[in-house]
Amino acid sequence: MPDVLVLVDQDGERVHKSTYELLTAARRLGEPAAVVVGTPGTAARLEASLARHGARSVYAAESAEADEFLATPAVDALELAVGEASPAAVLVSATTDGKEVAGRLAARLDAGLLIDAVDVDSSGVVTQVVFGGSYTVRSQVTHGMPVITVRPGSFEAEECPVRAEEKKLTPPPVAAAACARITARRRAIAGDRPELTEATVVVSGGRGVGGAEGFRVVEELADALGGAVGASRAAVDAGYYPHRFQVGQTGKSVSPQLYIALGISGAIQHLAGMQTSKTIVAVNKDPEAPILDLADYGVVGDLFAVAPEVTRGVAARRTGG
Amino acid sequence: MNIVVLVKQVPDTSAERTLAGADHTLDRESADLVLDEIDERAAEEALTLKEDLGAEVTVVSMGPDAALEAIRKVLAMGADRGIHICDDGLRGADVVTTARVLAAAVRTVADVGLVLAGNATTDGQASAVPAMVADLLGLPQLTHARELNVDAGRVRAERETEHGETTLDAPLPALVSVTEKINEPRYPSFKGIMAAKKKPVETVGLDDLFPDADGTGFRTTRTRVVEAVPRPARVAGMRVTDDGSAGRRLVDHLIAQKLV
Amino acid sequence: MSGTPLKDPLDLLDIASVLTGEEREIQATVAKFLADRVRPHIGEWFENAHFARELAPELGKLGVLGMHLEGYGCAGTNAVSYGLACLELEAADSGFRSFVSVQGSLSMFSIWKWGSQEQKQEWLPRLAAGEAIGCFGLTEPDFGSNPSGMRTKAVRDGDDWILNGSKMWITNGGIADVATVWAQTEDGVRGFLVPRGTPGFTTQDIKQKMSLRASITSELYFDQVRLPDSARLPLAEGLRGPLSCLNEARFGILFGVLGAARDSLQAAIGYADSRVQFGKPISAFQLTQKKLTDMTVSLGGAALLAVHLGRLKDQHRIRPEQISVGKLNNVREAIAIARECRTVLGANGVSLEYSPLRHANNLESVRTYEGTDEMHTLVVGQAITGYPAFR
Repeated sequence: MPDVLVLVDQDGERVHKSTYELLTAARRLGEPAAVVVGTPGTAARLEASLARHGARSVYAAESAEADEFLATPAVDALELAVGEASPAAVLVSATTDGKEVAGRLAARLDAGLLIDAVDVDSSGVVTQVVFGGSYTVRSQVTHGMPVITVRPGSFEAEECPVRAEEKKLTPPPVAAAACARITARRRAIAGDRPELTEATVVVSGGRGVGGAEGFRVVEELADALGGAVGASRAAVDAGYYPHRFQVGQTGKSVSPQLYIALGISGAIQHLAGMQTSKTIVAVNKDPEAPILDLADYGVVGDLFAVAPEVTRGVAARRTGG
Repeated sequence: MNIVVLVKQVPDTSAERTLAGADHTLDRESADLVLDEIDERAAEEALTLKEDLGAEVTVVSMGPDAALEAIRKVLAMGADRGIHICDDGLRGADVVTTARVLAAAVRTVADVGLVLAGNATTDGQASAVPAMVADLLGLPQLTHARELNVDAGRVRAERETEHGETTLDAPLPALVSVTEKINEPRYPSFKGIMAAKKKPVETVGLDDLFPDADGTGFRTTRTRVVEAVPRPARVAGMRVTDDGSAGRRLVDHLIAQKLV
Repeated sequence: MSGTPLKDPLDLLDIASVLTGEEREIQATVAKFLADRVRPHIGEWFENAHFARELAPELGKLGVLGMHLEGYGCAGTNAVSYGLACLELEAADSGFRSFVSVQGSLSMFSIWKWGSQEQKQEWLPRLAAGEAIGCFGLTEPDFGSNPSGMRTKAVRDGDDWILNGSKMWITNGGIADVATVWAQTEDGVRGFLVPRGTPGFTTQDIKQKMSLRASITSELYFDQVRLPDSARLPLAEGLRGPLSCLNEARFGILFGVLGAARDSLQAAIGYADSRVQFGKPISAFQLTQKKLTDMTVSLGGAALLAVHLGRLKDQHRIRPEQISVGKLNNVREAIAIARECRTVLGANGVSLEYSPLRHANNLESVRTYEGTDEMHTLVVGQAITGYPAFR
């Protein structure tokens, strides 16, 4: 069986869950081989957990400056590993960083790039959800080696203990003129939300939120989802939230992938501003609320009970990696 | 110094003039094509730098005739010249080909100090293209920048992704992709719109960009769609009454729908 | 629905296809600017009778102010582009179109057409940039349709002029940095540029309007206002001076009102699709469809008329009675559309959240200024029969 290379997501101490998902997916295509890019000693620390999830080889591309440059060390390491292993495919997590690394590798190798796969079968055909969920597409590579980015959370990580063999890679020194150096890192700034009209997720509150303090529940869910906060006219008129966040006939029109309406009854003026959203979720105490008729998923219940539960669930999933 | 901006024409997603039909879906196929909003911000950044650095701005777009409108828009905003990559052989181009072609077009511009692009296009496709173009050109990639400074032959950017923020630093020439947060793009002035007609736009094809390619033909795509299934029309939604588990079940639903 | 879906139900006739790329770009730029800067607030501004003066420099930067004039910082577009800009402005609110019409076609045009080099240099660049605001004083409390009866007088006093009288219903009056004022002299009607702050020149804004609430309408008073002869527009002699300016403004109006009508119709079509009664959207009922169809037909015809007149104007062949046909027809159709759209909206139609009633109210002013329906009817009547029937 040919190797299938998996680029390991890690923080120097721990392997992220998305990597176990990739190793699980890789088993469908061949023998999983993990590629660890980091400072010296990283691969040794991670090897046991990688082996527990089926990595028969662990390629170690280690250098003192591996973490100091953006993307390039990982691309260089994968290129070397491909040369060593002649793999059947390369799998990378479809994170922002992962997509760039995978894209650059494919560009260098003139390889076939499949982005954002949610499923992979043994023949190398991947499933993608495109155009904001309106189409499910199955694609395959017709030329060159498949480089596949897999959306985190698409596979259930399964353990499959094997014995891993560590293989050293010796990447070339990084060419400073062709690389961006990372000079500082900061965690994401909380509350720094996307533009309402450009957000892929919008969480809006209505009169049911009951007051300005109640909007914290709306904001927390929006932040967990990386989304924007909106408000109905009723909530704005009542002074719960500023006018510039108003969604509706007067105010902004939004069309996100996911729209969550909390305590919004769904007056026609509000629907006018959000009914083109791809998926609509509504939480409302009133089973007669018109928005529940429009919603793809409606919850009849107290938003103050439901929303925090969703926030916790989403946050747990986001940090689970 | 030359600054190159890569732009793309995408369907207009603003809901202003769209009608929800009986099934409450947006008719995207019939939507007008417009300059991608994030690319517009890349253009704005280029034009600001043009004023600060005394650079010239070249706008590059790949696509059929409609791409010319995106180029004209950026020229109307103040760019100096355009390169329109237009070739029937590019129909159905994959991401790798797109990156190769854009990189080849950038190479035709002399003295490039900076290549700018949007970090993702609003039609939702590969946000990897700028990084790929950087790789092919041997340039540092400063991607997903929400802030940009160019000074004394170096470029610094604040990169923002789901993992947090990093500060990046690299020598020029370099490639930068910007996020929607980097600036507010200017409106083209009427004088700019009228002047844009007179600015040079070079139309190039694959023969111009890859003169040495052999006769076996140019590889347009390395992937193939086996099957495309539209999502079922919106059915009567699911409805649950909270019994204490509704929050958890909603999370499960969102996960199942690949929404989180 | 069969076949390919309509690209834009509001342009059923595909009138966009007879516009040039440049014209469409100018139109789209104005539309985008208004969508960003005006539309989110316009209902509130109308309610609070607020004119967003801070937008004047931004409109200047775009090139909207005096856009169809050449030189002095003006963009120099063709007439159709000017019309399309007016259309988009009026789709936001007639108040904004009125501001731009008065600034560009009345204030700036009067200086551009009839002014001295010094007057043009002094005022046009600032007016084009929106740094200065202009107004145009012709109508008086007792003389609207009959400007020749005006009582405002300018008399010689040595090398100077002394101006006395008042002007009524003057858009931008209270905020104008310069007023073009028409007055009787012993040689007939003459125009004067009166800067704000000239001793004896005062203004009073008109309150309690039910129309054009998002724009400023004022009364101008002139009490022994002393002006040098250099304040006189040297090339304007007789009523031809102000009337030439009105023709410019009317041209903008006959395009502009299409915007108010289109915006009303858009609101009505959207609402009718989402408003469900008796188990289906009201747009699926025949009576609603008849309303929407009749309005679409009349809007399409009005738009074709506007574009045709625009082409004639760009060929310098347009005649005043043709402009009268355009103003008479298009304002009449637009106000009918706006009112009918209100009925589609039911009770929601009286809320400022929806535009049709605001547009209809605005159009009451538009129908009246720059020549009432009656006056334009008589202009056309005279053109057809040869008989003037004004008095």
